Amino acid sequence: MLKKIEAIIREEKLADVKEALRCIGIKGMNVFEIRGQGRQGGIELSGRSGTYHVDMLPKLQVNIVLSEHNLRDTVDTIMKAARTGESGDGLIFVYPVDDVIRVRTGERGRNAVMYPGDIDEKKGGPNGP
Amino acid sequence: MPGSINAGDTAWVLMSCALVLMMTPALAFFYGGMVRKKNILSTLTLSYIFMALIGVQWILYGYSLSFGEDIAGLIGGLNFLGFKGVGAAPSPDYGSTIPHEAFASFQMMFAIITPALITGALVERTRFKSFLLFSILWATLVYDPLCHWVWGKGGWLGKLGLLDFAGGTVVHIAAGFSALAFALALGPRRGFKKMTIEPNNIPYTVLGAGLLWMGWFGFNAGSALAADGVAANALLTTNTSGAAAGLVWILLSWLDGRPSTLGMATGFVVGLAAVTPASGFVTPMAAMIIGAVAAPIGYYAIRFREKRGLDESLDVWACHGMSSVWGVLATGLFATLEVNSGGANGFFYGNPGQLFIQLIGVIATILFSFGITFAVAKALDWSIGLRVTEMEEEVGLDISAHGERAYS
Repeated sequence: MLKKIEAIIREEKLADVKEALRCIGIKGMNVFEIRGQGRQGGIELSGRSGTYHVDMLPKLQVNIVLSEHNLRDTVDTIMKAARTGESGDGLIFVYPVDDVIRVRTGERGRNAVMYPGDIDEKKGGPNGP
Repeated sequence: MPGSINAGDTAWVLMSCALVLMMTPALAFFYGGMVRKKNILSTLTLSYIFMALIGVQWILYGYSLSFGEDIAGLIGGLNFLGFKGVGAAPSPDYGSTIPHEAFASFQMMFAIITPALITGALVERTRFKSFLLFSILWATLVYDPLCHWVWGKGGWLGKLGLLDFAGGTVVHIAAGFSALAFALALGPRRGFKKMTIEPNNIPYTVLGAGLLWMGWFGFNAGSALAADGVAANALLTTNTSGAAAGLVWILLSWLDGRPSTLGMATGFVVGLAAVTPASGFVTPMAAMIIGAVAAPIGYYAIRFREKRGLDESLDVWACHGMSSVWGVLATGLFATLEVNSGGANGFFYGNPGQLFIQLIGVIATILFSFGITFAVAKALDWSIGLRVTEMEEEVGLDISAHGERAYS
């Protein structure tokens, strides 16, 4: 089974999250610049005279597609790296994925998201735990 | 004394023409940074167009209405139509050591930037056609007469003894209160107060403010029409007031949250506008007080305008109008003959009557500019309409009015 993680994180946490994921062997990802609102409830910015309220804040959305058995480690890693403890740390969504096709080779499914040095290899081979 | 051209004076005034011309693009970017990105080209055009519009109008008849032979102290005659008789020889009345053409060109730059200042009030929603018509009417009915009142030979405010070195009344109060009048006639932008309207590019605004400051040396020191001590003093007072106002403004914003970049840039412009009428008549220390007091006036005028729910979008009234009301009055307080023997003493130098004259200048300028602007704007609104359609406003004026986009 393949899963997709959509992690909404703070902009300033991308470097930490990327580095933590690299350490456990998750390299493939893409990142969207997004705006959103949630419990943080916006921020005050300086105007010409005093401040004004901005409700939609810039965040980053990190997308990762991976095998289900790697989901828990990956989510834990993102949480640890992205967390500050203040509201505004973001949310992680997980979806089932029907299929993945690597454009260059035509590989499908799990084979399409594997590469040398990935999380499975680090855990002891492609058919690891 | 008249008749002989001084090379130094002429060089400085020609240089000042270039400096003041630069203020219009600087203003365009100062304003352009503060609107939404769907309206930046439109906002730039609102300012730049005056280089074209007044660049023609001034030659055809604007200069003549402003500086032509006096008619009843109210307006210039038609003797300079098409710059007839405005040549290389000095004018007997204006700038006796520089070519008449240099004086007339220098004044043209003021006539260009003044209506451009007003456009801060009408960004993001005004029909271009109506705006062009308004601009020509404003230049003809407000700027040219007012310029004659204050600076034209025989103009009634000048004859009264009003001290306005570089345009506190003619430029800043007139533009500020016209902006207020136009905004009242026009109405707010869609969504004003209901959603946050954020500036698209504060760096443009900050850069614009820096270039405005530089241009202001031509504006104020150039108004001496000579490369002399009065010019040097005007340059120094200009710098001092801008500095003091920027400093106070950033402190005010700090007290309300954080030291704001946009606030600092705004403070600079407010200090520069405030000292404009005083620059050639007061000492640097007086200029420091003028700038320091102008900052809270502008700062809280913006707050007042916001509380009233009035969409005078880029605060021309607060930043230029109100700060220069203070500046013109402060000229009546701090002016001294020690700085400029061609001026007068103010309140603090034993001449309280000067303050009264300054007050008359302020009131006359406010009533005249506000009244005519409101009437012209309302008349245009009833006849051809001042606003774009709701859809055009939503899409943004870059696309809907000009068929272009700033970024792709």
